[in-house]
Amino acid sequence: MVDARGLSCPEPVVLAKKALEGKPESEEVVVDCRPAVENVSRFARANGYAVTVKEDGMETHLFLKKV
Amino acid sequence: MEMTKERRNLLVAGSVVGIIAVLLVAFGNPKNMGFCIACFVRDTAGALKLHSAPVVQYLRPEIIGLVLGAMGISMAKGEFRPRGGSSPVLRFVLGFFMMVGALVFLGCPLRMVLRLAGGDLNGIVGLLGFICGVLVGCQFLKKGYSLGRSYAAPRLEGFAFPAIQIVALVVLVCFPFLLAFSEKGPGSMHAPLVVSLLAGLIVGALAQRTRMCMAGGVRDIILFKDTTLITGPLCIFLFALVGNLLTGRFHLGFVGQPISHHDVLWNFLGMVLCGMAAVMLGGCPLRQLILAGEGNSDSAMACLGMLVGAAFAHNWTLAGIADSADKAGGATLHGKVAVVVGLLVLVGIGCAQVKKQKKQEA
Repeated sequence: MVDARGLSCPEPVVLAKKALEGKPESEEVVVDCRPAVENVSRFARANGYAVTVKEDGMETHLFLKKV
Repeated sequence: MEMTKERRNLLVAGSVVGIIAVLLVAFGNPKNMGFCIACFVRDTAGALKLHSAPVVQYLRPEIIGLVLGAMGISMAKGEFRPRGGSSPVLRFVLGFFMMVGALVFLGCPLRMVLRLAGGDLNGIVGLLGFICGVLVGCQFLKKGYSLGRSYAAPRLEGFAFPAIQIVALVVLVCFPFLLAFSEKGPGSMHAPLVVSLLAGLIVGALAQRTRMCMAGGVRDIILFKDTTLITGPLCIFLFALVGNLLTGRFHLGFVGQPISHHDVLWNFLGMVLCGMAAVMLGGCPLRQLILAGEGNSDSAMACLGMLVGAAFAHNWTLAGIADSADKAGGATLHGKVAVVVGLLVLVGIGCAQVKKQKKQEA
């Protein structure tokens, strides 16, 4: 799991990119601001992953699954 | 290139910002300066008598509007999130040097785009420097650079910076005798207060909704080959260019451009410093104001660093000197030293934060 809570732009995407380098089947990224949700989702989709978003209070869990 | 919702929103926002920038000049703002976060924060520092350069003293309502516009729309959309604690003093220092770099060039990244749209070819030099600075900043990011996490903060903490803007507006309207007002020079050129404030509110709201960021636009191409964010600056440029052409405000050249100098090396290096700082802060000067409006007190610290940087820029003659009718402008000796010092400080911060991150991972 990638814990990107509280990190400045673009660190959540940098961490997600590192996690997806090995082309895992799935990955979970946790963020806590809307721009990070948008940016990580956009990156994941552009790199062959479907994104499911689950809000959990102040946090958002992004479940990335290889398409 | 896919027309996603985000790209479409940036297209619309960029075009509105470009048009508003031209309109603000028509209403009285200095030429090629419909918006300039660096210049406007510098003018505000002058109005508050943090520096005493007589030609750049005016409390710019655009800055107030940007912060309050961002605050208003973020509250309406549930994105107002008071948070802080991510290396605030380092952010102050980065904001300080981001301002120094921009003032040596005589413009923030947004003004760089507007200067290009006005035909000021020094903007190309600035842009090349900016891209180089962003490139260097990206290398730090790739190696794990981080200023650390921010955490939820009390609501009052989040509202403090926007509240300061409201106080500034009250002072500007009700107690102007407390402020300094330029009688000549760029500080004396401004649109009517209500027009400036409204423009700031609109642009602040648009910039918040679309995450508009000049540095982010270049950075995302370098790091992720993502051309979404660059749509904003591109559209600002295109629409401001058309606006300038239609209103006779486009003059192509290097020499004698409004509030600009043609010192190639220091225009370049000033924007290297600005670009690097912007990446290390997570956003350009405009983005820092917007984030501060959303309740981010780390960005508020960056903005305060910008304000103090602007004060030093004029108290210690760090800022560039614009071309005048009879004399070429350029960077001052102090400004050149400050840029070099700034670059060294930023490299130092970058290396230290990368090393710290590697230690934590080990």
